[in-house]
Amino acid sequence: MRKNYSKKYVLLCAFLMMSVMAFAQTGGIKGTVVDDTNQPLPGAAVSIEGTTIGSSVDVNGGFSIAHLKPGTYTLVAKFLGYIDLKKTVTVENSVVIVNFGLQSTNASLNEVVVIGYGTEKKKDLTGSIATVTEKDFNTGDVTTPEQLIQGKVAGVSIISNSGAPGAGSTILIRGGASLQGSNQPLIVIDGVPLSNNGIAGAANPLDLINPDDIASFSILKDASAAAIYGNRASNGVVIITTKKGKSGKPVINFNTQLSVGKLTKEAPVLSAAQYRTYITQISPDTSFTNQLHSYNTDWQKEIYQTAISNTDNISISGTTGKLPYRVSVGYTDENGILKTSSLDRYTSNINLSPSLFTDHLKINFNFLGSYVKQRFANQGAIGSAASMNPTDPVYSGNDFYGGFYETLAPTAGHPETVNTLATRNPLGLLDEENNRSNVYRAITSLALDYKFHFFPDLHANVNIDYDGSNGSGFDDFLPTAASQQPGTADANGVTQFGSNHNYKTTQGNSTIEGYFSYAHDFKSIKSHVDAVLGYSTQTYSQTMFNYATYFSNGEQYPGTTPNYPFDLQKSELASVYGRLNYSYDSKYLITGTLRQDVSTRFAPGIRTGYFPSVAGAWVISNEDFLKGNTVLSNLKLRLEYGVTGNQDGIGNYDYLSDYSLGNPSAQYAFGSTYYEMYRPGAFYPGRTWESTATTNLAFDFGFLNDRITGSLDLYYRKTKNLLATTNEPEGTNFSNTIVANVGDMQDKGAELSINAKLINTKDIAWSAGVNATLNRNKITSLTAVPNPNFPGLPQGGIAGGLGNNIQIDQVGYAKNSFFVYQQVYDANGKPLNGVYVDKNGDGIINSSDLSVVHSPDPQEYFGINSDLRVKQWSAGFSARASLGNYAYNNVASSTGFSSNFLSPNGIVNGSSNVLQTNFTNPAYLSDYYIQNASFFRMDNIHIGYNFGKVFKNTGDLKISGNVQNVFIITKYTGVDPEITNGIDNNLYPRPRTYVLGLNLSL
Amino acid sequence: MLTAGLLAFSITSCKKNLILTPNDQVTQQQVFSNPASITQAMAKVYGSFALTGNDGGSGAPDIAGIDEGASDFFRQLWLTQDLSTDEAVYTYNDAGVQDMHNMVWGETNQVLQGLYDRSLYQITLVNNFLQQTTPALLASRGITGNDATTIGYYRAEARFLRAYQYWVLMDVFGNPPFVTENTVLGSGLPPRIARADLYAYVVSELKAIDPLLVKPMQNQYGRADEAAAWALLARVYLNAGVYTGTADYADAITYASKVIGAGYSLNPNFTQLFLADNNLNAGVPGGGVATQDEFIFTINYDGVKTQGYGGTQFLTHGSQGGSLENPADFGVASGYSEIRTTSAIIALFPTPPFTDGSHFPNNGNPDTRAQFWYPGQSLAITSIPVFSNGIAVTKFRNVTRAGAPGQNTTYSDIDMPLFRLSEMYLIYAEATIRGGAGGDAAKALTYVNLIRTRAYGGSTAGNLNSTTDLTLQFILDERGREFFWEGFRRTDLIRFGLFTSSTYVWPWKGGVAGGTGVGDFRNLMPIPESDLSANPNLHQNPGY
Repeated sequence: MRKNYSKKYVLLCAFLMMSVMAFAQTGGIKGTVVDDTNQPLPGAAVSIEGTTIGSSVDVNGGFSIAHLKPGTYTLVAKFLGYIDLKKTVTVENSVVIVNFGLQSTNASLNEVVVIGYGTEKKKDLTGSIATVTEKDFNTGDVTTPEQLIQGKVAGVSIISNSGAPGAGSTILIRGGASLQGSNQPLIVIDGVPLSNNGIAGAANPLDLINPDDIASFSILKDASAAAIYGNRASNGVVIITTKKGKSGKPVINFNTQLSVGKLTKEAPVLSAAQYRTYITQISPDTSFTNQLHSYNTDWQKEIYQTAISNTDNISISGTTGKLPYRVSVGYTDENGILKTSSLDRYTSNINLSPSLFTDHLKINFNFLGSYVKQRFANQGAIGSAASMNPTDPVYSGNDFYGGFYETLAPTAGHPETVNTLATRNPLGLLDEENNRSNVYRAITSLALDYKFHFFPDLHANVNIDYDGSNGSGFDDFLPTAASQQPGTADANGVTQFGSNHNYKTTQGNSTIEGYFSYAHDFKSIKSHVDAVLGYSTQTYSQTMFNYATYFSNGEQYPGTTPNYPFDLQKSELASVYGRLNYSYDSKYLITGTLRQDVSTRFAPGIRTGYFPSVAGAWVISNEDFLKGNTVLSNLKLRLEYGVTGNQDGIGNYDYLSDYSLGNPSAQYAFGSTYYEMYRPGAFYPGRTWESTATTNLAFDFGFLNDRITGSLDLYYRKTKNLLATTNEPEGTNFSNTIVANVGDMQDKGAELSINAKLINTKDIAWSAGVNATLNRNKITSLTAVPNPNFPGLPQGGIAGGLGNNIQIDQVGYAKNSFFVYQQVYDANGKPLNGVYVDKNGDGIINSSDLSVVHSPDPQEYFGINSDLRVKQWSAGFSARASLGNYAYNNVASSTGFSSNFLSPNGIVNGSSNVLQTNFTNPAYLSDYYIQNASFFRMDNIHIGYNFGKVFKNTGDLKISGNVQNVFIITKYTGVDPEITNGIDNNLYPRPRTYVLGLNLSL
Repeated sequence: MLTAGLLAFSITSCKKNLILTPNDQVTQQQVFSNPASITQAMAKVYGSFALTGNDGGSGAPDIAGIDEGASDFFRQLWLTQDLSTDEAVYTYNDAGVQDMHNMVWGETNQVLQGLYDRSLYQITLVNNFLQQTTPALLASRGITGNDATTIGYYRAEARFLRAYQYWVLMDVFGNPPFVTENTVLGSGLPPRIARADLYAYVVSELKAIDPLLVKPMQNQYGRADEAAAWALLARVYLNAGVYTGTADYADAITYASKVIGAGYSLNPNFTQLFLADNNLNAGVPGGGVATQDEFIFTINYDGVKTQGYGGTQFLTHGSQGGSLENPADFGVASGYSEIRTTSAIIALFPTPPFTDGSHFPNNGNPDTRAQFWYPGQSLAITSIPVFSNGIAVTKFRNVTRAGAPGQNTTYSDIDMPLFRLSEMYLIYAEATIRGGAGGDAAKALTYVNLIRTRAYGGSTAGNLNSTTDLTLQFILDERGREFFWEGFRRTDLIRFGLFTSSTYVWPWKGGVAGGTGVGDFRNLMPIPESDLSANPNLHQNPGY
């Protein structure tokens, strides 16, 4: 805890020093607060019991309270992680000296953890809940909240979807429990459960939240912890708590960061020199070699830039009167390394947490508001840059197509006619598209916690939350863009160019909850009971507006008038839940929860789900034989079982087979009259809750007076009534496949996390944490009745050919496993183009010879981080490793063969892998392209210096430097092995970022 | 606490029966309650021939698990019927596509699954339409008079479309699942129907609807009439031996004669058959100012209002590539360099006087049906993925007779005839040669020479002189010339016993450059594994 002496406390002390100067010679108390090693405890608080009078402790451990009337007072010294100490003092007309020596507690165990509908001390937990608080957050250029805890928690995999500004992440807790249902965990911000719906114009809904406003994350991983959230908890729950006002005088915190992002690695394609040699070598005639020009263009260099970004946050928090408050504003100006991609974000957070009626009514009001302005780059430019002929120039020297060089197909009288199927100039693609969005979002929550006057053990809580957003934007193509050739005929048959399309989605999601909570210590029978009983109703509403498309001259594009001005999507959930905790003698803990959920996404009669859980824990270290043991200072055994539900990732109205009207470009004519078609939707009448049962066995342990703490969890998770795509018997439905409750899937896994305070003195603090996760996923059934002939469900569409899939969901294998031909190699180990192993030995190679190999998901993954503080210097790193994850190198498979280079639409570049394979023709489904993508990535290295007071008595200043995405060790040959779905196809590359940060507290 | 519990309970109860409905969809009852929306439902029954979903191009597909652009009916039919033969090779490694020409398709082949799914999807739409428009239901919804009469025609046409799709399934897959308007939708496992039983069903359905359909050439363009049912009957009877083991050439002659006698006539200019304004070849209301009436039944596309990536869009874009890249000639933005033909087809035609591209589109060939492009292309195919290997095709072009481009250079205006008059002439001739009762050899010769004269641009230079020239081999070759790339070839080669045999080989037949025979079991395609695993009533065709 010592390294936690944050700038805020130091700053408080500064204010205190000022008040010392004004100290009058009347009655008062002063003294010092130190720890068991006699080191000062700045940031501790000393107050007079029963009043609001008090003082913070300064850097030297000193405190003072002035202007006291003579009398006897009870002083309390408090500090997080230490046992409260009370002393009685009698004050007359002079200053009394009182010194406190605080005893450290098992700090980590007394930590209060946010759980569903309440908080609990870590030592009393029965479920698998991981918490990460501010002090352990990742530092540096963190623009979206989930990046704060990347690599910090065992069992939680957070992979950024790309390097684009504001790009989201795929968060998977224990690998995700569903196939076609959602695999995203439920995210709850200050009690507001967020919808999984994307927000139009925002790359990632979480990106509307300023990471700087976040105080802590609680991750409910197992069913017993998550079951209280029942309906949306199958993939775990992430509870985010924002920062609140602190008692005392206002503290102003300002931080600013400047970051510089750079491309780490170009996609491996032929250089201009290699390209000339190669084309000359493979070309059958001059019609191809004639297209080699004299330029040496590195197209990738052309489209990427050094991205300079900055972030500024300012917050003020304190208490005015009896009103604790925190107000913050933040501004982020982020530029992407792909030219034309950028994001501007303005955020504001207001938190008010007054207590009324002598603390009987606690009110917490929270407002998170944001405005994000974004420009999306045309990411097609990434593929174009890898494909464009490197001997072509960037600019043509004439005015056609914005001056960008393009591959032409001259026609009589029109030498400038563009070849519309040729690879487009990547810089032109970026420059000639203007795709911008404006997104507003406000999350407002009001929580009332009333402690009954006549029965203080009982609380009544009411939460009212609203999450509203409005995302809109336009996607505009210049009429001069080569991509707009050859134009489209308007209603009068005149050819028009350019296009403009608007989009807009509004969302309003509300939650109203009420619950009673009861807690009581029955000291006589050494028992503690707490209970929660509540209800909640959630409504989700999303309105997607439909607009016509227009040419650049404002005229409407034919056939684009929408049938409906908007599409309204609604769903509602109603729930009743209860939880009972009982503990005996702080040794034996038992928790039971039950939640009933009703979802309007299912047909009446089958829309109710029940989600129970039960968990027990035995605190072995509180038994007599271990009590007082400082080597094994904590040992707890937990056993948990619970069931959670999932109804995300499916449509709102699917159980109704309604008819939808085709759009105006999908009409059919009888005679000369065109009719918009009424299409019946598929039937999903029997679809209901997907449920996931998890069994968890865990040990929590602490050694050496808890300088080393950790947990080991073993889990077995089985998803039943899996929401999976299944083939519908043909002729019985209006779709050949439906998403229904068929099949089962299981995950077996283990998680280990260890945190250690290796050195912990006043001048040097060194801590380290490691976590490891092992997960084995297997689909155990995909059909309503067992069927060994079921061929599986193709997944993972790829670039190359039409309709090719590289993955499959098949019984007996992990979800999304690769499904490929086994490549045959010659004596020299060179792959033979198009020669595969005849797996079934029928003498022919066809789709019956495809077989399952490898999974895109890691078999094991690890996080490691360490922080060292030496006096005012601090340094640290965090890194992640992933083992056993495979990736399909779609860039190599779709471009690394000679017939690709000799495209009839103009020669193109491609993967330099072709020099190894010498492939002539594509081999999309060869296992040659399934590569081991295990990696070790140094996510972050940082160094900081704490100047302490920079002004006379105030102004705590800290300067830090970070490097993010420092290096990666991998055998994978593509740009980046870390790909969410395992299919590597021109991902927006993750930059390496250098960050300079400054933090000032006043 | 009690009140809270009660409140909680009442809140969940009121949600238990809450029906939220979308603002932009309507219920089945609403659709089938008024004649206008019933017509729109019928538009979907027809439209699922041409379109792939509810959005033009792509975006809201009917069929899952397949690239939407390739999921239309005719493209899948073409890949099955023409790519599997001497008529075409295909450049790209699209899912399952190369297996078709290599003749190594298996039970998980995506092309075959796509065709099977599309055919059964349309059949399911038909069954639903029939269930929702029974005379009793119409009467109960107050739909009477002319509206009821029109809907009565729709019902007969829906049954025609179902019979047509069952013909496709019978021809390609043999023994598919069998569903009718008596099948309850939304559940159940349809029974399998054996090929011979399906044959009997198709024939009986077509005969049953014959009197219920609009008279020949009297219906709106795009809708089936009585002649369409006759034409399908003629085609089914011609292949009866393949489907049932018992030939029935007499009935083929009967029904082909009925169509021929209904008043259709050939367009003297063959090159006008597959152009953007080829609706002018249909002598029925709405087809434009009909100059000829050769088309009996068509799938209709429109570059603006009926947009899709299948059918004639695929044929026009797919056949352009290499030096055959002239948007002005094709009315499309750019070719896909995708499909070409083999030397076996080129050999069916006379040698053209020019191969330099100067006499577009048929190189001055006396047989004007030889619409090919030679510059930059080689007759020999050494590598299937290389577009310049093989001869390019200029038959399908999205330009009007006057040479103006189609309405939209990404999509196609060309309608695809499923039945043309010349097929009836050739059915008559073939059935007659094969000894069908009632056939007249002299008449057969006349019919064949009508086709030949039209092919030779009005000249009789290509005419057969006597009925002795009218051999079966000639008929097969003539069908190859007349119906090139129109989705007939596989069925024809099977009827002639040449599809799998080593007697007749073509480049890359069986995956070998010189061509080789394959197992006879490949005369039937496999039932897709996706449906076999979903429906235990089905079983796989022998050999797979």
